[in-house]
Amino acid sequence: MQNGVKREIPAEVAGIGPLKPYSNQLVGGQAKNTERLKDRQLNPAKNKIIGSLEEAIRATGLRDGMTISFHHHFRNGDFVVNMVMDVIASMGIKDLVLAPSSLIDIHAPLIKHIKNGVVRRIETSGLRGELANEVSNGLMDIPVTINSHGGRARAIASGELPIDVAFLGVPSCDPYGNANGYSRGNTAASACGSLGYAKVDALYAKNVVLITDNLVPYPNVPFAIPESQVDYIVVVDCIGDPKGIVSGATRYTTNPKELLIAKRAADVIEASGYFYDGYSLQTGSGGSALATTRYLREKMIAADIKASFALGGITQQIVEMHEEGLIHRILDVQSFDLRAVESLKDNRFHHQIDAEYYASPDNEGCAAHQLDVVILSALEIDLDFNVNVITGSDGVIRGASGGHCDTAAGASVTIINAPLIRGRIPTILSKVNTVVTPGSTIDILVTDQGTAVNPLRTDLLANLKAANIPVCTIEELKAKADKIVGEPAPIQWEDKIVGVVKYRDGSVIDVIRQVKRNS
Amino acid sequence: MKQLTIQSTGIAGTLESSDISITIEQNEDKGIEIQLKSTVENLFGEQIKKVIRETLEDMGVNDALVRANDKGALDCTIQARVTSAVSRATQTPCYPWEVK
Repeated sequence: MQNGVKREIPAEVAGIGPLKPYSNQLVGGQAKNTERLKDRQLNPAKNKIIGSLEEAIRATGLRDGMTISFHHHFRNGDFVVNMVMDVIASMGIKDLVLAPSSLIDIHAPLIKHIKNGVVRRIETSGLRGELANEVSNGLMDIPVTINSHGGRARAIASGELPIDVAFLGVPSCDPYGNANGYSRGNTAASACGSLGYAKVDALYAKNVVLITDNLVPYPNVPFAIPESQVDYIVVVDCIGDPKGIVSGATRYTTNPKELLIAKRAADVIEASGYFYDGYSLQTGSGGSALATTRYLREKMIAADIKASFALGGITQQIVEMHEEGLIHRILDVQSFDLRAVESLKDNRFHHQIDAEYYASPDNEGCAAHQLDVVILSALEIDLDFNVNVITGSDGVIRGASGGHCDTAAGASVTIINAPLIRGRIPTILSKVNTVVTPGSTIDILVTDQGTAVNPLRTDLLANLKAANIPVCTIEELKAKADKIVGEPAPIQWEDKIVGVVKYRDGSVIDVIRQVKRNS
Repeated sequence: MKQLTIQSTGIAGTLESSDISITIEQNEDKGIEIQLKSTVENLFGEQIKKVIRETLEDMGVNDALVRANDKGALDCTIQARVTSAVSRATQTPCYPWEVK
């Protein structure tokens, strides 16, 4: 049989099977469409760009009961969630599952969309502010699911959490959908740095709608999200408030208690046996964690030790140590401040990673499992070293699971920095109110009043003792706190479950119940 | 034990974190009445009321209306603020309003 370029092609070849002859006609968009070519040259703004959010939502085929997702890289400056949900509500679509990477104070308007039935269920890493209060008071019929960052990425990649439409705000985007959290071509007004959480959604969601306020010429290189994953683009005036997206500078704490904890934590790391040339670290953005990096820096210079990489949420402190040559590589899933955003743009070894690469327990290897040292925080920790970072001392949801349990499980040395008491509230309890991270993955608790090592880690205990670091038991620390503040009355709970806390592998590690209100 | 009668209003303490503001007024023949607002009410509300009551009883106060606005004060702070407020409300000179 003659094919489209007049060659004789057999219908079948033994060992290969039936052959499909090439056709000159348009097959699945494979042939050159000259008409469209011209159109592209004349009108570069065409193609994936759709006139309005409403048209884009209609084009995705979004309907009742589907799952939609967002990222939280714009933190408390995010306009995208509220903007999209208002349009969806006005279109009369209901019963949606909302699966953002996290929700923050600014997302309080979701309360009305839950009440009017637009949102039926929520999966998120965190929940704060008014929305969190309402959820803790029993706002939703179906409990909120709390995922870790690694757990969410795993659930999406494995198909356990299929996303029908991802609505992703992007600070720079070209007409075909190459998008990033910054732009090397201009100063993106809504720059947020890494788009690590959004990259997972862009890769796995059935439909991807990008929302941008900064349309740049093709091709927008470098990109976090490639055009090959993008269905539609909507251009709006503003996707976020820069003041809420990144803080100008992350300042070092001057709180003497936090400084004391930081200094102790640095001493502990130095003595742990995992402070060697080529070690790796992750620190959060908490006051004492940041200050710990400063003390570590001095120790690294003194001992001529360099870190191979820093992971996770990146701050100015990490960037400065990178530029000083003390940290060779940065793996950035989330850029916390302006310096981190600039560094991602300018420093070639400051690399953007996605949440699955960062912390999923299910793939062939994630960066969290390569960590030597991680410094984490805790709202509560108990005598079994279980940690709560999701519910406050009143039992109300007010935090985020984040990468806490992912990095705790992955790191060789997992350190919790926490004050022994906050005001009158003790940090160490007999039982934490909500378990987010299991105690078996927590190694050392550093407080302003002493350091305790998990009895499971006899190796670390021996190393600290050999270095003359004063160590006590967590029971002794608890007794010290109780003597100062007294024993708090237990929280009163209703029967209704308002939250299901998942561990990174998708198993349920705890549930959160509605808080009982007297009067 | 000497009985102390609340004659006027006494105030002690601030609204700073880890402090408690105590206002004590007359409550003739109606016993000790405590109106508590606290940032840690769920956890320590009963304990705070107990400390206020015990401090008043130890000083010989049987009738008082106490308004307490607590910002997570420790027991020792609560005792000190109640003692000061009572001394001011009873015009006893031990904890005067101003520096002489």
